Amino acid sequence: MKILTGNDLKTGDVTWWDGQGWSRHVNDAVDVGDKADEIAAREEASRNVVGAYAIDATKDENGVRPAHIKDRIRALGPTVRPDLTLKPADPAAGNWVI
Amino acid sequence: MVEFLRFRDDEVSESPAVTVDAFGEQSNAGAVRIEPGDDARELLPHLAHITRVEVNFPVFGDGRGYSAARILREAGYEGEIRAVGDVAVDQIAYMRRCGFDAFEPEKAMNEADVKTALERWENVYQKTVDGRAPIWALRHGSADA
Amino acid sequence: MYKYDNYDQQMVDTRVEEFRDQTRRRLSGELSEEKFRPLRLMNGLYLQLHAYMLRVAVPYGTLSGAQMKALGDIADKYDRGYGHFTTRQNIQYNWIKLEDAPDILADLAKVEMHAIQTSGNCIRNISSDHFAGAAADELVDPRPYAELLRQWSSFHPEFSYLPRKFKIAVIAADTDRAAMRLHDIGIQIVKNDAGEIGCAFYVGGGMGRTPMVAPLIREFVPLDDLITYSEACVRVYNRNGRRDNKYKARIKILVHEMGKDEYTRQVEEEFAHLKSQGIEPPLAELERIKPYFADPAFKTGLSDKIDRTDPDFALWVDRNTVTHKAPGYVSAVISLKPVGGIPGDASADQIRLMGELATEYSFDECRVTHTQNIVLPHVEKARLKDLFDVLDANGLSSPNLDTIEDIIACPGLDYCSLANARSIPVAQKISKRFAGSGKTAELGELKLKISGCINACGHHHAGHIGILGVDRKGVENYQLLLGGSEAEDTSLGKITGPGFSEDGIVDAVEKAADVYIANREDGERFLDTYRRIGMDPFKEAIYG
Repeated sequence: MKILTGNDLKTGDVTWWDGQGWSRHVNDAVDVGDKADEIAAREEASRNVVGAYAIDATKDENGVRPAHIKDRIRALGPTVRPDLTLKPADPAAGNWVI
Repeated sequence: MVEFLRFRDDEVSESPAVTVDAFGEQSNAGAVRIEPGDDARELLPHLAHITRVEVNFPVFGDGRGYSAARILREAGYEGEIRAVGDVAVDQIAYMRRCGFDAFEPEKAMNEADVKTALERWENVYQKTVDGRAPIWALRHGSADA
Repeated sequence: MYKYDNYDQQMVDTRVEEFRDQTRRRLSGELSEEKFRPLRLMNGLYLQLHAYMLRVAVPYGTLSGAQMKALGDIADKYDRGYGHFTTRQNIQYNWIKLEDAPDILADLAKVEMHAIQTSGNCIRNISSDHFAGAAADELVDPRPYAELLRQWSSFHPEFSYLPRKFKIAVIAADTDRAAMRLHDIGIQIVKNDAGEIGCAFYVGGGMGRTPMVAPLIREFVPLDDLITYSEACVRVYNRNGRRDNKYKARIKILVHEMGKDEYTRQVEEEFAHLKSQGIEPPLAELERIKPYFADPAFKTGLSDKIDRTDPDFALWVDRNTVTHKAPGYVSAVISLKPVGGIPGDASADQIRLMGELATEYSFDECRVTHTQNIVLPHVEKARLKDLFDVLDANGLSSPNLDTIEDIIACPGLDYCSLANARSIPVAQKISKRFAGSGKTAELGELKLKISGCINACGHHHAGHIGILGVDRKGVENYQLLLGGSEAEDTSLGKITGPGFSEDGIVDAVEKAADVYIANREDGERFLDTYRRIGMDPFKEAIYG
């Protein structure tokens, strides 16, 4: 599937297009099909997001998994600071990105 | 909105600008347009009868035009130097410092922003061609450095 | 150290207001991202992997205690309680909000600091020797010259849209502690045969995709031509540097393609012309700046004796202190490389503490090194033990300066949107491996540098051992380089061969270290042995 990601213009937070708006959680990301450019242009123009781009991802019972390690690290947070990731209580969360 | 900005009292020259190459072959033209890759120094022998030089910025990030304008002023050119193309309000203060005295941007600029940009920097660190005394000159008591 | 006068303060304050206005226009939609991006970059604000990142300038690496403390406060107030010291002697915050950025710049301005031109295609922060003013081997303190260049390069109207970024380093000793010849312009302050002070100009060095060691283009530029000559060097670059391909846009490519002789000829021609323009500040300006860098009031008659009863302290003294020009003093290096830690990171509390220690122990001064450590330049030997005890109680006493544990690493794929692979986990594994095996001491001076991509922020080309992270079909892979140096014997490392996995590269580094131990002769460092025996024995051990 194709999912759309970017950063919140004001806060810089990593966000994912969830069909209605932008979520901080990659598991909320929805398949944008061939609409990525259209959504990105609209959302950037209304200043909800900056630097939006589409990526490949897969979805299974464990959730949405971006195809490239860079976007998995974006989805989680820095692997060397588990305390600052979106899963601070899970010290093994970093294994997911590899 | 500001579509054209000029800091000169003389009459606006309307003669069409020729390219630097064309000028080389027919150097009686009164107006020349410099593209980023052109060598402004080719114009130096002819500055006396050029009334307007347009310096084109196809993209604002290409900063060769700043050197071109300054080189012309350093050689004593007193005619108009007009920045054209992708020129935004956030660049015009530096352009003024390099000798530009007219602006014809692709996209009009907000009037209040123009005023703010031009009045913002009360002092400057470098001596260039705009006649402003740099901070080092003010520190050492020669305001007309 | 340098103090702003009203002019300097006004310039920085004005910049804060300018950026506040630009940020407002961005948030209101008047400015597009395309137009805002170069403006925010020229104020050190990047959009990184997880958030905005702010890079704050530390001119020539020198900070007062109060400035250091303010950096700690910013880490708490606007970030997540830490900062990252970089290989350009700056500090970066990783979790910045765009709407806070103008306020951070305002806080910085209150302590005479800024983020001006810490990114963008302009002249960046001027770097220098982190032992300036303390080193026994320096000709003069290089920082007054760096400050003169800082003011000249700040808000330079002609050079703010160069083909690419532009880095200048200034040193004044034959021992190069600033990787001077790996800069776009490297300046060494020298004395000529007539006994006059002037500047040797090296132009066109750099790391990145195409590493080059800068050639000398002029042996002696008189001091009252320093700015004019610099202006000529940059103007020739601004006019002729390539703009068709950003990977070929640095001045090193221009000097290489044009040839050193032709580049030099054009600079000399431009210089002769600019001499007529009166753009050089008077020498009186340099004389105004110099007293700010005068020696602090060193005590005289101090003893050089150090009580070495505590073995941990004795080891730290041996590893982390450096000879000072004044009797009874040393320069003490605070390692930001705890075993298994993140190279260059320090918590807000640690940053504030280092600021307090600078005030208490080092005449209110500290330095950031390009190796991502902090220096207290002027510490009395008699007070070293007290200092050590405070550092030790706060996780800042790692005794590993210039050892294999003192690793330079860029933020890598954990933080950086340009990276291809993570750097920090590799650094952590290597420091743990060698600390665990106890080989660190045996290896002596061994500079290991890791970059997570070809841009080489981790200086991998210049490491005795270098590691470059690459992306191999979406999987992190690491290449090994041997034989680089960024000191006065500058050389570029060579790749050993095929790359490794994260664990594989740690093994490969250990094998290379073992080859050195087996082959070294008396007094040889890793680099010396490599230069003597060449790549083959290392390759054999690593791949054989």
